[in-house]
Amino acid sequence: MSYLDEGHTIKSWLTSTDHKRIAILYAISISVFFFVGGAAATLIRLELATPAGDLVSHDTYNRLFTAHGVIMVWLFLIPSIPSVFGNFLLPLMIGAKDLAFPRLNLLSWYLYVAGGVLVLCALAAGGVDTGWTFYTPYSTMFSNGYVVLTLFGVFVTGFSSILTGLNFIVTVHHLRMPGMGWFRLPLFIWAIYATSLILVLATPVLAMTTLLLVAERLWHIGVFDPALGGDPILFQHLFWFYSHPAVYIMVLPAMGVASEIIPCFARQRIFGYRFMAYAILGIASIGFLVWGHHMFVSGQSMAASMVFSLLSFLVAIPSAIKVFNWTATLYKGSLRFEAPMLYALGFVGLFMIGGLTGLFLASLALDVHLTDTYFVVSHFHYIMVGGTVMAYFGALHFWWPKVTGKLVPDLWARIAAVLIFLGFNFTFFPQYLLGVAGMPRRYHQYPPQFQVLHLLSSAGAVVLAIGYLLPLFYLAWSLRYGQRASANPWDARGLEWETSSPPPTHNFTHPPQLPERVYDYDPTSPRAVAQ
Amino acid sequence: MSAVTMSEQGEAPRLGMWVFLASEFLFFGGLLLAYVYARSHWPEGFAQAGSHTHVVLGTLNTALLLTSSAVIAVAVACAEDYRRWSRRLLWVTFVLGLAFLAVKGLEYWKEWGEHLVPGPDFALHAPGAELFFLLYFLLTGVHTVHMLAGLVVVGTLAGRGAREATHVEVGALYWHFVDIVWIFLYPLLYLVGRAS
Ligand code: HEM
Ligand SMILES: [Cu+2]
Repeated sequence: MSYLDEGHTIKSWLTSTDHKRIAILYAISISVFFFVGGAAATLIRLELATPAGDLVSHDTYNRLFTAHGVIMVWLFLIPSIPSVFGNFLLPLMIGAKDLAFPRLNLLSWYLYVAGGVLVLCALAAGGVDTGWTFYTPYSTMFSNGYVVLTLFGVFVTGFSSILTGLNFIVTVHHLRMPGMGWFRLPLFIWAIYATSLILVLATPVLAMTTLLLVAERLWHIGVFDPALGGDPILFQHLFWFYSHPAVYIMVLPAMGVASEIIPCFARQRIFGYRFMAYAILGIASIGFLVWGHHMFVSGQSMAASMVFSLLSFLVAIPSAIKVFNWTATLYKGSLRFEAPMLYALGFVGLFMIGGLTGLFLASLALDVHLTDTYFVVSHFHYIMVGGTVMAYFGALHFWWPKVTGKLVPDLWARIAAVLIFLGFNFTFFPQYLLGVAGMPRRYHQYPPQFQVLHLLSSAGAVVLAIGYLLPLFYLAWSLRYGQRASANPWDARGLEWETSSPPPTHNFTHPPQLPERVYDYDPTSPRAVAQ
Repeated sequence: MSAVTMSEQGEAPRLGMWVFLASEFLFFGGLLLAYVYARSHWPEGFAQAGSHTHVVLGTLNTALLLTSSAVIAVAVACAEDYRRWSRRLLWVTFVLGLAFLAVKGLEYWKEWGEHLVPGPDFALHAPGAELFFLLYFLLTGVHTVHMLAGLVVVGTLAGRGAREATHVEVGALYWHFVDIVWIFLYPLLYLVGRAS
């Protein structure tokens, strides 16, 4: 009996400690937030179609981009791949029955939902206008938005992050099946493991920063406000100490997904497995040391800026190793271009562009010109949307048969993948040009000479939106009418494919067979497609 | 915990607690950074405000907590073979923890009376003094929340009787951590202001 048949009542879902069901709870809730955040983005792009501020007031505009940022960062991207696919796959991939602490896992989901609801309440009450970065002293002394309520929501979801990370770390250490050494772990597990370390070590700093911010806002005591004797730079240090590593919370799991999909559709062992694992750990650890690159124009000392600049360049090395190794995995493979592969390849390309433009920003002199322009906006969207969201969709299509037991209509899935890739570039590439030309971020009106590029960007957003909406329909369709999936429809390696689709409640009816080596693909033997 | 096989029952909670404590370390780390930074910014204000904390009560509390840590360490040592003693010692730890909170409450009450709680009628005027007390209340407040959690843990272990020795060990790990945090807070909040 599959885990889906374990009970059909709402209660059987809301009280389940099965990691697979909790993964689905996450998938549903983050999708809701994805569409709320997306609605805000739509309004932003509509406003920016013309130079005049004619659709919304500047105040509403500020609230829109703040809502968009807060929701997308904390309620979608941070939990996306780890909480959905990490939850579903981690025990399956290591041959375990569940996570180490199943009830804690359910608690994490409730905390996440509670935090999300608090943020939505703040939004319904009127929203916040500080930007997702909550820079002080604006956020503490001047903003008239619901800063405290929103931050409280972020604070609560933080505990969900910490507990999820803790659960994953302990699971990887203790529940690997006999014989599964560290260097037999799929790279997805390595990525989830490194991400968990960041979740556990960075999130508490954000929690305390919000506490200090709220204290200053409520009691007007100068922690961060210079007029009261505080120091805004302290806030920026604390905030970015969390928020830079947080960008790796978003992108490392995406790298893990690409490392699963690419070998499968290239029928080739992943190139440089150990280097890939070390690169993941390298990115996670150096990622803790580069936060000051967000503060080049804040007045921090030149010596500090130079060190942060150098360290930021260092992060690029393990990131580049990964891109090279994915590419090398394709070399002489027998490639197939089904939907998951299209998403994975899209991920690699867009991540590369995002990473390279990160190097532009990490160069001190250049950053003075580019900081707070659309160049930065484009940089991080290339990585967070082009990278993480792309990989999230890749994972969705790759593991959908495993999760639901149904095949995805591949033609539709490919159409959506292509639309998303084109729509994405169409939306965000013009923003690089806007940034270089000097268009600042976070304004609702602009000089007319920027209109052509803004209009292109808004038009691209329409294509992108269609691309994102399509899966909603064909995935729902496949649930009802889709072809039944076999245990291993992609002829993929990895223990999750050894059990039925969908898996039984305890994951494996008999202990899975541990393969000789990880990613044991052979490009010379044709793919067995047993559907 | 259906998934955990017998041999892992002890190991998983232990590692879980260590990971949790690593996270906790960074909770306090953020606040302590703010403290260190603000102190270097306002040395006089911090020194003046620091001399208004109740050093006798703080010292008493330090003694209470250190004793409780020693007691719970013995409880861990007894957990395997002397379970009744282990439970009794856990109760002693619990009572010492309660005493700590009572003293802390008394201290807060006195500070309220002396207008040392940040707000419109705050008593001290040196710049930075109010910030000192804001951080004082945040640091000791977050610590108190941890004490309360620790009391729940120790109380449960003492009341129900731990089924396994490792549970006592894991609970004690947490208790020691809360103690160690206090070992940092005590000099920073009560002593340095008086030394300068
Ligand atoms: C090669 C690696 C990377 C480098 C060298 C890099 C560099 C930078 C620099 C220097 C900035 C600051 C620009 C400014 O404010 O003037 C920045 C901003 C940003 N980056 Fe990256 N980055 C890298 C990877 C990433 C990744 C992987 C993500 C997300 C998954 C990301 C997300 C962001 C975000 C969100 C911002 C803007 C924050 C804000 O001001 O709102 N970056 N990046
Ligand atoms: Cu950064």
